[in-house]
Amino acid sequence: MMAVEASREAAPTPGSAGDTARSAEARAAATAPAVKMQTEALRAWFGAHEVLKAVSLSIPERRVTAVIGPSGCGKSTFIRCLNRMHEVVPGARSAGAVLLDGVDIFERGVDPVLVRRRVGMVFQRANPFPAMSIADNVLAGLRLNGVRPRHPEEVVERALAQAALWDEVKDILSRSGASLSGGQQQRLCIARTLALEPEVVLMDEPCSALDPIATARIEELIHELKDRYTIVIVTHNMQQAARVSDFTAFFYIGELVEHGETDALFTRPQKARTEDYITGRFG
Amino acid sequence: MDAYRRRKVIDVGARAACVAATLLAVVPLVSVLAYVVVRGAAGLSWSFFTALPQPVGEAGGGVANAILGSLQLVGIACVLGVPVGVLAGIYLAEYGRGRFATAVRYAADVMSGIPSIAVGIFVYTLLVLSMRHFSALAGGVALAVLMLPTVTRTTEELLKLVPDSLREAGLALGVPRWRVVLKVVLRTGAPGIATGIMLAVARAAGETAPLLFTAFNNRFWSASLVEPIASLPVQIFTYAVSPYEEWHRQAWAAALVLVVLVLLMNAGARVLTRARGRSR
Ligand SMILES: Nc1ncnc2c1ncn2[C@@H]1O[C@H](COP(=O)(O)OP(=O)(O)OP(=O)(O)O)[C@@H](O)[C@H]1O
Ligand SMILES: [Mg+2]
Repeated sequence: MMAVEASREAAPTPGSAGDTARSAEARAAATAPAVKMQTEALRAWFGAHEVLKAVSLSIPERRVTAVIGPSGCGKSTFIRCLNRMHEVVPGARSAGAVLLDGVDIFERGVDPVLVRRRVGMVFQRANPFPAMSIADNVLAGLRLNGVRPRHPEEVVERALAQAALWDEVKDILSRSGASLSGGQQQRLCIARTLALEPEVVLMDEPCSALDPIATARIEELIHELKDRYTIVIVTHNMQQAARVSDFTAFFYIGELVEHGETDALFTRPQKARTEDYITGRFG
Repeated sequence: MDAYRRRKVIDVGARAACVAATLLAVVPLVSVLAYVVVRGAAGLSWSFFTALPQPVGEAGGGVANAILGSLQLVGIACVLGVPVGVLAGIYLAEYGRGRFATAVRYAADVMSGIPSIAVGIFVYTLLVLSMRHFSALAGGVALAVLMLPTVTRTTEELLKLVPDSLREAGLALGVPRWRVVLKVVLRTGAPGIATGIMLAVARAAGETAPLLFTAFNNRFWSASLVEPIASLPVQIFTYAVSPYEEWHRQAWAAALVLVVLVLLMNAGARVLTRARGRSR
């Protein structure tokens, strides 16, 4: 929590503080990650139903941010706003700002297509392309964007290996993406997103259809990806949030109740609601 | 026990009625097929498929130009009708909201119910009168108009069956909307759309009425768009209403050829559908 706040507040007051403050600031800048994405009073609606109420949250670069909260509280909606997928739903709209490297992605003239290329997404429900083979699914993002990789097999193998799926599918790469089990399909979708090498990876409950072994692999994967990617993961699994994330945001009925460093949030929650939720005392 | 027996009796009775009704429905179909095969097979020969029609009174001759002509007409109809139909279907499924789309949908539904002879008259007025003669183009346009509603609505229905999650998957990969529609949605629905097109083509191939006064007929080969052209249905009609025994024989043989052609197209459509079933 502190680290994020420090870097956020550091920006508007450069040099205005005294020497000690400045050195504290410098120290914070050295240890604190840069802010990759930041929402400012982000609101979202489905028709007249307001689903997100003025959410302001910063997402640090090359860290894992977990989004937790009871079902229907707007977690999916929130991360779908981060790559402008929310507006794809008929009747859905949003207000407020989402900064990606300091630029508002909702600003006029920003192409949502380009935003989505930089901010990849793994959906809550696995959605591989059934008319494409497993290999083509992995390459879909590149091919559909007109990129022809020089060594497609390498791209496929790397992405599938990263998603912990390679060993299971290496002999059936030409089979349809829909012929896999639900959990395998989800990992295929992760591989498909990683093949594009986005800067931010949004994951909406990527493990909800996976067995404990595959879940452990995905968590390992998240640890590895952290070096290069900024990750936002929605999860219902408190242990998982505690295991994989550096920062955690707790949502409740469309509001961001609390966010901060994961350890702090789980050991010393500031709000009663958060405590109730993470200790399982929830209606 | 009594109730049980009553139920049994009703069950057997109902089943018997179903089987009887099914047989009744199949009988005409089978008898038409059988009759065409029996009457038509006699007139079949190698030259029937390779030779041009002979003038009245001379024996032999074939319908080679009519077979090719039918294929040419269907080809023209596909070139004109399929792109328009598929694009209209894409519009209705992917972009069509509001009044205009509803109107288009309604028009397509009404169009599929229009008698084919009315389409023939329409194209006759539009093309034949203005060009001052019958032509393959006019025939192809008439068939295309007949195919259009089927192709449009089939495309729309099949694209609507493609789950939204696939569209979202494509968009989330940073792919522009039109490309998602083309490369993901259309590709996923393609086998079904191909089936629909095949069925529309099979139907158009058997149409006679709209061709009578658009493509008319031709005793010779024709590779021209602006000349009249022979077709199997019109040739069958011409032969069947003639007073000559030899021509009657040939009408049956030509009918057999047409039926087999249409059946082959239907079978092709089924194979495509099954291929889709496997890949799912
Ligand atoms: N397509 C939609 N149309 C209308 N309302 C929607 C739609 N999707 C979600 N909502 C509403 O928006 C609210 C937030 O939904 P959201 O999917 O963001 O919740 P969530 O936190 O992801 O829940 P879960 O944990 O069950 O996935 C819910 O009240 C839901 O009813
Ligand atoms: Mg959700």
